[in-house]
Amino acid sequence: MQNQKDKVTASDVVIEKDKTTKEEKYNQYVKDITPTHNIFKNILNAFLVGGIICVIGQGFINLYASLGAGEELSASYGTLSLVLLSIVLTGLNIYPKIAKFGGAGTLVPITGFANSVAAPAVEFKKEGQVFGIGCKIFTIAGPVILYGILSSWVLGVIYYILMELGVV
Amino acid sequence: MDYLKAFLIGGAICAVVQILLDKTKLLPGRVMVILVCLGSLLGAIGIYEPFSKWAGAGATVPLTGFGNALFKGIKEALTEEGFIGLFKGGFTASAVGISAALIFSYIASLIFNPKMKE
Repeated sequence: MQNQKDKVTASDVVIEKDKTTKEEKYNQYVKDITPTHNIFKNILNAFLVGGIICVIGQGFINLYASLGAGEELSASYGTLSLVLLSIVLTGLNIYPKIAKFGGAGTLVPITGFANSVAAPAVEFKKEGQVFGIGCKIFTIAGPVILYGILSSWVLGVIYYILMELGVV
Repeated sequence: MDYLKAFLIGGAICAVVQILLDKTKLLPGRVMVILVCLGSLLGAIGIYEPFSKWAGAGATVPLTGFGNALFKGIKEALTEEGFIGLFKGGFTASAVGISAALIFSYIASLIFNPKMKE
């Protein structure tokens, strides 16, 4: 890498003839203009936002449990409520704003999954019912469902074999 | 107490993933896939279920909890119905989350219009 501290400009990159230097300059240029975020602040924000979403989830679960739902039913209604909340906030364009601040804190919870389903559904409605909404709704959900189902199936096969062998 | 646990554990999982995002340039979609597969693996080796009993929503709300639920569903279906459970349990366990996301999102697409990026 170059040791020079001066900022590399785009024109420096363009006028540079030597291929290796050009590449170095280009990389330096990309590095210079990529915004650097404070990583500790990012982590703290993710912690706060993710924590709060989980607290809201716990609140829903406790609410449904207090209404007399069993453990599993309260969990299901909790998931349902979080998904609905996230999709409403996505439609109102509020979730993306929280996501900008919270980063992984909005991505990791189930609300992030719901957001990744709702956002393309709204975004691509102009492209039609089938190839717009129908296809694009699975842009993120598709891989998540595929690999979730596949990995749990593989693990299930192992579990099944162990079960038949009488190990578990 | 359960709120505090949900906050700390859920927050901690998100913080770890934030480090992963910042350090590796992994795309959000990939991160979600990794989380679900990881949750399913941790469920299969018997760690995630006791953990989520203890941590409550802090463990079930993150997508690792979704993965754990997938394996748990397969395990239950295997015990109850045998072999066919391998092809049933995962979708049964994830039915509410996936159906809700799809149905509400479709309704959202009828109600809301895309916003211009600022």
